[in-house]
Amino acid sequence: MEQFLGLPPLASVHGAEIDNLISLIHWLMLILFVGWGIYFIYALIRFRAPRQPKADYGGVKGHFSSYIEVGVAIFEAVLLLGFAFPIWGMVKYEIPSESESTVVRVVSEQFVWNIHYPGADGIFGRTSIDLVDAETNPLGLDYDDPYAKDDITTINQLHLPVDKPVIIHLSAKDVIHSFFLPVMRVKQDAIPGMTIPVWFIPNRTGESEIACSQLCGLGHYRMRGFLTVETQEEYDGWLAEQAALLEDEEDGWW
Amino acid sequence: MAEVHGEQSFWRKYIFSIDHKIIGIQYGITALFFLLFGFILMMIMRWQLAYPEQPVPIIGWLLGEEGILLPEVYNSLGAMHGTIMVFLGIVPLSVGAFGNYFVPLQIGAPDMTFPKLNMASYWFYFLGGIVMLASFFVPGGAANSGWTSYPPLAVIATMGQTMWLVGMVFLITSSLLGAVNFITTIIQLRVKGLTWMRLPFFVWSQLVTAFLLLLAFPPLEAAGVMQLMDRLAGTSFFLPSGLVVSGQVLEVTGGGSPLLWQHLFWFLAHPEVYVLILPAMGIVAEVLATNIRKPLWGYRAMVYSAVFLGFMSFIVWAHHMFLTGMGTTLSGFFQTTTMIISIPSVIILTAFLLSLWGGSIRFTTPMLFALGFIPMFGLGGLTGLPLGLAPADIHLHDTYYVIAHFHYMVAPGTIFALFAGVYHWFPKITGRRMNETLGKIHFWGSFVCMNGIFMPMFAQGMAGISRRLWDGGISYQFAQDAGVLWSNELISISAWVLFLFQIPFVYNLIRSIKGGEIVDDNPWEATTLEWAAPSPPPHGNFTEPLTVYRPAYEYSVPGAVKDFLPQHQPEEG
Repeated sequence: MEQFLGLPPLASVHGAEIDNLISLIHWLMLILFVGWGIYFIYALIRFRAPRQPKADYGGVKGHFSSYIEVGVAIFEAVLLLGFAFPIWGMVKYEIPSESESTVVRVVSEQFVWNIHYPGADGIFGRTSIDLVDAETNPLGLDYDDPYAKDDITTINQLHLPVDKPVIIHLSAKDVIHSFFLPVMRVKQDAIPGMTIPVWFIPNRTGESEIACSQLCGLGHYRMRGFLTVETQEEYDGWLAEQAALLEDEEDGWW
Repeated sequence: MAEVHGEQSFWRKYIFSIDHKIIGIQYGITALFFLLFGFILMMIMRWQLAYPEQPVPIIGWLLGEEGILLPEVYNSLGAMHGTIMVFLGIVPLSVGAFGNYFVPLQIGAPDMTFPKLNMASYWFYFLGGIVMLASFFVPGGAANSGWTSYPPLAVIATMGQTMWLVGMVFLITSSLLGAVNFITTIIQLRVKGLTWMRLPFFVWSQLVTAFLLLLAFPPLEAAGVMQLMDRLAGTSFFLPSGLVVSGQVLEVTGGGSPLLWQHLFWFLAHPEVYVLILPAMGIVAEVLATNIRKPLWGYRAMVYSAVFLGFMSFIVWAHHMFLTGMGTTLSGFFQTTTMIISIPSVIILTAFLLSLWGGSIRFTTPMLFALGFIPMFGLGGLTGLPLGLAPADIHLHDTYYVIAHFHYMVAPGTIFALFAGVYHWFPKITGRRMNETLGKIHFWGSFVCMNGIFMPMFAQGMAGISRRLWDGGISYQFAQDAGVLWSNELISISAWVLFLFQIPFVYNLIRSIKGGEIVDDNPWEATTLEWAAPSPPPHGNFTEPLTVYRPAYEYSVPGAVKDFLPQHQPEEG
């Protein structure tokens, strides 16, 4: 079924359960639609007026349809209790501890994903909207804050190490966006005024994309970011590279 | 009764009429115009999706800049397509036109309880429509923040959004006036003997719909005024503190919540979904019963299901908001109610299907549309299930899967039912029948094209293609890799061919008014009360007082001479 549905490639741990749920429910839908469809076409042919000039006042006897309805209800209850509730509970509440995870802030704005890493100290620097500068400081990072000095920020480039939980603190500066990682089966609205945690465990290395899936203005279609999942070494190397760039920039300013 | 009223001026009779039938026709013509208009907007958008950034033919000169549909215009067309189809097209046609014309007739009433309110309802609708149309001509064009108008985007949007909100206030007022009228009419003006369980299912569907409109629209009207204040008066109902737009701190008081709007909006907009569906089910029930020549199977269960559906539709709204950061308690509640609401829909659909068994099925044009409704609506309903389960919704939310799902409900679903209603009731309105051959061309062409449009969208959505993308997703590598974007061209061509297949309908409709085959008052040999009136019914509707003796669909009663026993006919000897 999963092949048939044409879901994107999968690269996260929890995604398998989502795909499984999508498959299961499509099985139910397929059985119902095909079953009803066969009955429908058969009834139309068999009871066409030329063949059946006189209708039967009574029609169907028996309770077969009630059994189908009860069957559908039970199947739906199983999907809810056995799958939907537990998966949602895991996605929402079984957030791993930050010390064991890669923690990133993603701040969305028209039509860019600002990615914010805490740097070597593991603590995000202070930000303030008064410090925002569209060109040089889109996050409004306060460089007087000691924790901010080593923070790494990128635009549209999200790098993550494989096989390690990721926690993303998602927010928006201007309007509602929706942070969509198709291969991770992750989608979360980014809502101004709220910071919403998102977590997942990438389990395959490779490159893919961040899509915006909530209409956010005329550039919504091009609000595209890039996701790179790599080994821990590659990731550490990339972080070091970024940190070096940061120092170059600072040197330049002095 | 017609004589009592004496001669009326043209204006009183046809323009500011208080006759429910004239108002129904006014609604019908206006709504058909808007359906066509909304469809044209979509046909323009489909050009951009099939052939991105190529000049739009024929009407390209309207769009400026080499005839290319720009992203901001694309967003306008998208927002207005949704708004127009829902609020100016389908609801006015199913409730304003069919409801207005046939509810009084089916319950044996001379008119609505409040004829002047009825007229006011139409004119508020008309004004709302004018405001929406005018909004295309203000600086920045029409509203471009989606038909859902989520703030903060909608609050910082161009002037068209203000027009949208004002237009919505008119449209909502219109619906509220209509709803009050329907409820009082159905409760008070039923003819002697027409007990609740003898009501045609169409009347039940309109009654439930009226309650939905009455109870669900006020929150949106309030929300609309609040958003208007956010835009014009500097309030911040929906704006949090600390907004930074294009690098500039937005000068607002802040402290509001964007989610508040979503709750208020969907508190209307989910019941609205059933406002779109219930009257359609009502029409299908009428057409089906007439053309299977037997009573509907499970009439009572259908009625209870419709009422239950109406009730439940008020407590499922937040399933549109699973991805706004909702926790387990709230999502658990809304997932459960969403699964529960699927059951009455299944019961009604099952009743339609089982009704066929033992029938003597006539494949007339209205019947073809009613039959077409069943699998299409079924498909739309089934594909709502994965969207109602929050974890599956993570992947499918805001993708083309959603577009396909609700269009199957309202396009080959509701709109087919509305076509069925047009063909079925045209003889009552005009005394003439529409052409069957043209009708069948219309049906089969539309049926194939509708599926050509919406079926590929399931695949696109499953692959993760988001809705509302100006370029249809081609800039994404994963979308390219999924191999589903080629179908954009197929979808667009299907949409344009669908348009061509509406030409026989429009021609048939106009030509049949004067040139259609003349038929008697009850050409389909149906049982409900509207067929007891002359065609077209005069002012006051019925020429003699009626009494109802039996349930609505007494076809093929054993022992009866003919295969139908009209509700108003006393027992045969």
